[in-house]
Amino acid sequence: MLGFRKLTIVQAKLYLREPMAAFFTLLFGPSLLLLLGFIFGNEPSPATGGLGYLDQSVAAYMAMIIAIVGLTAVPISAALRRESGVLRRFSATPLRPLTYFLTDVLAPFLMTLVGILLLVLVGAVVFGVRFEGNLFSLLAGITLGAWAFFALGYALVGLIPSARAVIVIGNVVLYPLMIFSGAMVPLAVMPEAVRTISRFLPLTHLVALLRGLWFGQPWGDLLTEVAVLGGMGIVGTLIVARTFRWE
Amino acid sequence: MKTQDDIVVGVRNLVKQYPGVKAVDDVSFDVRRGEIFGMVGPNGAGKTTTIECLEGFRQPDGGTIQVLGLDPLRDRYQVRERIGVQFQSAALPDRIKVWEALDLFAAFYSRPVDWQPVLEQMGLAEKRDAYFAKLSGGQKQRVFIALALINDPELAFLDELTTGLDPQARRAMWDQVRTIRERGTTVFLTTHFMEEAERLCDRVAIIDHGKIVALDTPQNLIDSLRAENRVVFEVVAPLDEESLRALPGVVRIERIGERVVVYGQKDGLVSGVVNALETDGIRFENLRTEQPTLEDVFLTLTGKEMRD
Repeated sequence: MLGFRKLTIVQAKLYLREPMAAFFTLLFGPSLLLLLGFIFGNEPSPATGGLGYLDQSVAAYMAMIIAIVGLTAVPISAALRRESGVLRRFSATPLRPLTYFLTDVLAPFLMTLVGILLLVLVGAVVFGVRFEGNLFSLLAGITLGAWAFFALGYALVGLIPSARAVIVIGNVVLYPLMIFSGAMVPLAVMPEAVRTISRFLPLTHLVALLRGLWFGQPWGDLLTEVAVLGGMGIVGTLIVARTFRWE
Repeated sequence: MKTQDDIVVGVRNLVKQYPGVKAVDDVSFDVRRGEIFGMVGPNGAGKTTTIECLEGFRQPDGGTIQVLGLDPLRDRYQVRERIGVQFQSAALPDRIKVWEALDLFAAFYSRPVDWQPVLEQMGLAEKRDAYFAKLSGGQKQRVFIALALINDPELAFLDELTTGLDPQARRAMWDQVRTIRERGTTVFLTTHFMEEAERLCDRVAIIDHGKIVALDTPQNLIDSLRAENRVVFEVVAPLDEESLRALPGVVRIERIGERVVVYGQKDGLVSGVVNALETDGIRFENLRTEQPTLEDVFLTLTGKEMRD
């Protein structure tokens, strides 16, 4: 237990000392919100279904932070540690692989929560964005999304032996997701073809889930999203369990 | 009379096969409590495979292994609680500080030692707050030894401990290993430096192509060669070789220009030669002795030179 606690703390410190990971987790969301908020403002618009641009965006940016952490920070760190022999060094102690693994996802998850909190604070304080849902429901949605995307990221590490390839493929998967899932640009202004593609992208479902929970929609309306993300989490976890090795 | 308790590692008929090659081919040996046991041989001889089987990282294809009376694979967590491991190649996160690494690894064991004295013993006190990535090769290696000692292990595995270190750092590392043994930890090490094995180890197993070709104390291995010692010196004036040849133990004399080589048995050879030269009033220069080394043992047993 002491090992678990100390390892979680060290993992969190290491995460914050990695400038790229720290920036994209903690500062990217709030900065994007500030930038686009000053450009577009938060006036209700027909293009975004009668809501202000930022009302729509806060939940979408949460989803984006989760996807960025899951597809870059988590797999890059895991792949590099496996390749350089860090995991090997841990494996020579009585530390159980599962304990290591849990801290390795818990630390980025806690950082993601901090990033989301900063995002919401900036939205609320600067632009008066309002939260209309249930806090526990939203937290549950964030956790489900993090499970799905962290599992996907870790599955890449399990399936791809080279750290360099993990980094490239993580980014190759991430960017189309960010562009075509309605996270950055509302789907309402996208052409029909893009909207069709976006229905098959997991980030679209995470955006829809968090946006729904943000506006207080009941879980019953969000079953498709829950099923897609839950399925992704299960498949990803199974792949990780079957393929991930210390070395 | 050795009891079971005195044997910390027992290996019988160990076999480990990789596609197309027997990395370890029917190897048997014991490591006794309190000794520095060395496995020495060229790269690819099977040293690292053997040590990784003992550490429980590889599944042997045949034979049995006991480490501290336990099966290193089946009882891996019990074994890891009681051994220290230093890998030939391993790493820590770039941005972990030295003290954080020691503090963290100490938390993985049920009975860790206080890590502060370990840090000092390894000469790392000044580097306490440095990032791992900023350390020199020798400093990193010392961090890994500190981590291997953090649970006060009964048995420490040191794989190619001094590879990549400069000669000075290498000698300092030998002193560290002797200190570890003095604290009561049995040491199992591998090396491809014959000199290291000769200077450091109580007993040495020479391994080549996955087989142990000899196992004994370095001195016994060298003595078993029955190789001659040599006394080499240079003279300017004429030399009466007969008075040297008449010395007890001298086998033969070679002379190339000013250089004289006296071959003979070890005991009293040097003092005999020096006395004879002084008695005859012969001025000599650059006198030195050349003794057979473990390197010669290896050469004789395998028919090839060890190379660094």
